[in-house]
Amino acid sequence: MKAALDQAVETFGRLDFAFNNAGVEQPIMATAELTEKEWDRIVDINLRGVFLCMRHEIPLMLKQGGGVIVNTSSGAGVKGFAGQGAYCAAKHGVVGLTKAAALDYAKANIRVNAVCPGIIETPMMDRFSGGTPQGRERVIAQEPVGRMGKPEEIAAAVVWLCSDAAAFVIGHAMVIDGGQTV
Amino acid sequence: MNNPLDFSGKVALITGAASGMGLATAQAFAEAGAAVVLADFKEDAVKAVAQKLVAAGHEALAVRCDVSDDAQVAAMVDRTVAEFGRLDAAFNNAGVMARIAPIADSTREDWDRVIGINLRGVWSCMQHELRQMERQGSGAIVNNASVGALTGNPGIASYIASKHGVVGLTRTAALEYVKRGIRVNAVNPGLIDTQIARDVVNGDEQAYAELAKHVPIGRAGRPEEIASVVLWLCSPGASYVVGHALTVDGGMTVP
Repeated sequence: MKAALDQAVETFGRLDFAFNNAGVEQPIMATAELTEKEWDRIVDINLRGVFLCMRHEIPLMLKQGGGVIVNTSSGAGVKGFAGQGAYCAAKHGVVGLTKAAALDYAKANIRVNAVCPGIIETPMMDRFSGGTPQGRERVIAQEPVGRMGKPEEIAAAVVWLCSDAAAFVIGHAMVIDGGQTV
Repeated sequence: MNNPLDFSGKVALITGAASGMGLATAQAFAEAGAAVVLADFKEDAVKAVAQKLVAAGHEALAVRCDVSDDAQVAAMVDRTVAEFGRLDAAFNNAGVMARIAPIADSTREDWDRVIGINLRGVWSCMQHELRQMERQGSGAIVNNASVGALTGNPGIASYIASKHGVVGLTRTAALEYVKRGIRVNAVNPGLIDTQIARDVVNGDEQAYAELAKHVPIGRAGRPEEIASVVLWLCSPGASYVVGHALTVDGGMTVP
C-alpha cells in the first residue's frame, strides 16, 4: 500500500481523495461453520485492509492540509445477514473505524465517511449469487426497488462525498441500497 | 471542481422557505434552474424571498401555508401544479422547536403544536406530494429530520419524538413508493446556524458558541451545507438511495 501511494504522489504530486473499496465476499455459511482461516481472510481484506490504507493515506493528506476518505462498508455493515458472520463483522468494523478516524481528523480538514452499498451488479455479486438467472432473481427479490444497483450509482455517491457539497458530512455511513435495509 | 447539479425544467417545493435551511435550499434549487415554490406560514417574509428570487431572474412563487392545516397543505400542492404543471422535488422542512421543559412539566398544548407541525405536517405534505408524483411516475422527497432523530435530548421531548417519527415516516413512505418511481429520504442536520439553533439555547449567544466549539469539525454548519445535500438527494446521482436518513452534523453524533 505504502509503495502504491508513494508512487501516486510521485506521479501526480498530491492525494486529495481516497476510496478504500477493495473487498471480498463471504460464501454463505452459518457462523459456527466458518473456519478460522476463512474468518481471517474476510477480516484481513475487508477491515484490516481499510485500516492499512488509511494509515498511509492520512499522513499524506495531513502534509497537504486536508483530504477526503470514503471507505466501502455495506448494508451488512449496519444490519445482520444470515450466513454472513465474518462479512458482517468486518463491514460493521469498517463503520466503527470510519467513525473513529472521522473524529480523529475532523479538525485537520480530513473528512472520513463510509458508503454502505446494497446489492450491486459486480463480478463479486455474480460470484455470490452464482451468476445464474435463479441466483440473480433470488438476490433481486430482496430489493424493494426491484433491481440491482449499478456500480455507477455507488461511484456517484463517492464522488459527491468527496466534494465540497458534503463539507458538513463527517463520520457518516451512507446507505445506498434501493431500500433493502429499510 | 464541483459539477453543479442541473434542475432546469424541474419544479421544487420547499416548506419553511422564509428562513434558515428552507431559504437556503430554495435559493439553491433556483440557482440550479428549478422553478421553486416557497411555502411558509410567515406570509410577508416568504413573499419577500420569492420576490428577490424573481428579481434575480428565477421562477419563484410564494404560498402561505401552515403545514399543521391539512387544507392549506392540499392547497399548496394544488397551487404548485396549477402554476408550474408538475412537482419533481419536495423538501418538507417546516419545523419548530419545543418549549424547553422536562416531560413532567411540559404541556399537552406544546406537544400537540410540535407534533402537529414537525411530524403530522410532514405526513400531510407527503400525502399530497406523493399523489401528484404518482400521477407523474416520478419524484423525489426529502424530509428534514434532525440529529434529534438519533439521540435523546433533555428538555425537548416532543421535538425529539417528532424527529424520530419523521425518520420512521420517511422509511415507510420510501418502501411504499419506490416501485412507483418516487424516492423518499431524510436529512438529519446537526447544529446549523439558524434561528431554531438559537431557540434551543434560549437565545444565549455564548451558549450557542460553546455548542459550536464542541462539534468535532469545530463549528456549526451553514444552511447552504444542508441545501447541497438536499439537492443531491433529489438528483439522478442518488438514484439508488432509498429511505436513507443522511446525517449532516460535522461529526456531532459520531461520539
